[in-house]
Amino acid sequence: MKEELIIAGFGGQGVLSMGKILAYSGIMQGQEVTWMPSYGPEMRGGTANVTVILSDNKISSPILSKYDTAIILNQQSMDKFENLVKPGGLLIYDPNGITRHPERKDINICSIEAAEESARMGNLKAFNMIVLGAFLQKKPVVSMESVVKGLKKSLPERHHHLIPMNEEAIKVGMDKLVDINVL
Amino acid sequence: MDIKDIIKPENKVYAKTPVLTDNILHYCPGCTHGTVHKIIAEVIEEMGIQDKTIGISPVGCSVFAYNYIDIDWEQAAHGRAPALATATKRLNPSKYVFTYQGDGDLASIGTAEVMHACNRGENIVIIFINNAIYGMTGGQMAPTTLLGQVTATTPYGRDAKLNGFPMKITELLAQLEGTCYVTRQSAQNPAAVRKTKKAIRKAFENSMMGKGTSFVEVVGTCNSGWKLSPVKANKWMEENMFPFYPLGDMKDR
Amino acid sequence: MAEKILMKGNEAIAYGAIRCGADGYFGYPITPQSEVMETLMEEKPWETTGMVVLQAESETSSINMVYGGACTGKKVMTSSSSLGISLMAEGLSYLAGAELPCVIVNVMRGGPGLGTIQPSQADYFQAVKGGGHGDYKMIVLAPASAQDMYDFVGLGFDLAFKYRTPAMILSDGVIGQMMEKVELGEQKPRRTDAEIAEQCPWAVVGKPADRKRNVITSLALESPVQEAHNIKLQAKYKEIEEKEVLYSTYRTEDAEHLFVAYGSIARICETAVDIARENGYKVGLLRPITLYPYPTKQIQELLPQLKSVMAVEMSAGQMVEDVRLAVEGKVPVNFHGRMGGMIPSPDEIYEAFVKSINK
Repeated sequence: MKEELIIAGFGGQGVLSMGKILAYSGIMQGQEVTWMPSYGPEMRGGTANVTVILSDNKISSPILSKYDTAIILNQQSMDKFENLVKPGGLLIYDPNGITRHPERKDINICSIEAAEESARMGNLKAFNMIVLGAFLQKKPVVSMESVVKGLKKSLPERHHHLIPMNEEAIKVGMDKLVDINVL
Repeated sequence: MDIKDIIKPENKVYAKTPVLTDNILHYCPGCTHGTVHKIIAEVIEEMGIQDKTIGISPVGCSVFAYNYIDIDWEQAAHGRAPALATATKRLNPSKYVFTYQGDGDLASIGTAEVMHACNRGENIVIIFINNAIYGMTGGQMAPTTLLGQVTATTPYGRDAKLNGFPMKITELLAQLEGTCYVTRQSAQNPAAVRKTKKAIRKAFENSMMGKGTSFVEVVGTCNSGWKLSPVKANKWMEENMFPFYPLGDMKDR
Repeated sequence: MAEKILMKGNEAIAYGAIRCGADGYFGYPITPQSEVMETLMEEKPWETTGMVVLQAESETSSINMVYGGACTGKKVMTSSSSLGISLMAEGLSYLAGAELPCVIVNVMRGGPGLGTIQPSQADYFQAVKGGGHGDYKMIVLAPASAQDMYDFVGLGFDLAFKYRTPAMILSDGVIGQMMEKVELGEQKPRRTDAEIAEQCPWAVVGKPADRKRNVITSLALESPVQEAHNIKLQAKYKEIEEKEVLYSTYRTEDAEHLFVAYGSIARICETAVDIARENGYKVGLLRPITLYPYPTKQIQELLPQLKSVMAVEMSAGQMVEDVRLAVEGKVPVNFHGRMGGMIPSPDEIYEAFVKSINK
């Protein structure tokens, strides 16, 4: 198994922490992982993205030019990354704020109304876990058990009481995923 | 009574401290450095701390202080002695750590290091020799050079418009919360030497009490740089330096 | 089983420092390496191992704090990025001249000047050829993973103390900012004052009555004395060149073409090697782990089987000069580089390789 993905959106959407939880979940089930963020001033309010690789084998390059999956959470990232999904790959996006929807026919495309669902849950911070749920529904590269373990590892202990809410958000994401283009 | 009767141990009233080495001083006759070296060595001997003292020498005439005071030494890059002292003391809190710096080293190129070491309240001793000139490089203007003073780089006298003003760095450092003892002394006569010795001893004692940084300025002469005989240099210092750099304690807590 | 933690390369430096028994860290914030000091401050090692951590007022001061600490035989270190290292250049020369062991980490970003905060390898010359004045060398280690960042702190101190010379970890923004799995080793104790006095008889620790005073200085005004000191330094560097070369290879057994790359670019080149192999080109990779001493001999040993060599760097072409010195014109030496914070992708490197052998 090898999954190469990019998660891209605005700083503050939890893009980097979603990647971190995914990476930690991979470690929990013995995978090799890399987590390579965009960093610097652009993180503060601008676009943020992180490349995550999960693999059963040693990972060479942490830098990619094409991705198995792109998780896209704003228009700038749509413009930048839609074309970098490998043919046959997966694009997941939140339509909220998207003015130009993905157009490719050679990849699988799904949408997840994560902003709306997190508002419905009354917890805007659940946003990124809803997105993660949508991804895991399509590509169960890590088990729910590993995700819970990963959450425990990546969250400071004082936030451990939030883990059940995060689990619930992941399940919401799994349920509310909508297929747009299926190969 | 011939000379043999006079030179007897029981008649001995003075001996050079063994903390001073027998190396011949490279300083010019009349220079203040030799006097202050001796004061420091005597303080170290009297406090019995030769094995617990680490000195940090600067760049400038006193770079070779390590040849004269018989303790372990670090030789710093120009102006950086307080940074060395910071790490040395923090890593070796049971040691007495002092820097010995001239006016160019401390008040010009090393302003940031001395300010921040004092501001952090490092438990070190800083001994600052202010002779208002760069001695080693051949008598150029120092930050403490007086207005009107002639040096190799102020051949028509220091002009505030061209060169700015003489810097009272000791007064500046006294304002910082981290300093516990800030004083200005001199060493041109026995009374002054005694006062300076008392100040330096107090500074060394402070450094083991966790009170912060002790800073001792010694206003001195550079008769070569000033182009005056030792006696005239002392007179010039008293008449010109002391009014601008008044002696005494600025802070003691 | 040892604990495996997901962490950034920069965080791994901090844990590596604590766990290898370092005595002190002195630094100044600069992107992309500020997590080193942030992690140390968070971990508060002064409460556990007794390690001193201090935020200095500048890089100039940091390196001179390192100099002061190293004078006393302690394991001290700093970290910075490119322009901060330029500010430290004076101190590096003093440390080498005074023969003081220490570890300096450079998490390189793009230059010149204020440049960019994105990754770069354009400080190779500065690190390997001497960024400060005078004839000196530092041992230079090039990590390619967060685990390397962790391991190389201890390794750097071991080499630095073995040869009484500064060791630099030359990393970049990719390795510093990337998170990977890191296996933490056992906590090693800091050396006691008695151990330091025994192992470092040169150290400035206070002069006991029964030995001469120790003086740490790089000053010797008499030219014959200074030349003798230089000859001693050069002999030491020669010994380091003979004994301490570290490198790794990837798919070189039957390789006809060789990539030479270090740090993050070596990782990217591994993937480029795989792509080239899939396309029928027999390519291998040699990764220098020590940049000084350089694996010159190891490159030369591969030459008989090679048709071309390509150096790949995030620079305008710095390490490639050492590759050319090793190859001595026997096969073509090509170069592919990106600058200003741009990171080449594996595909880009593969395409550059194909172009280079068909020109």
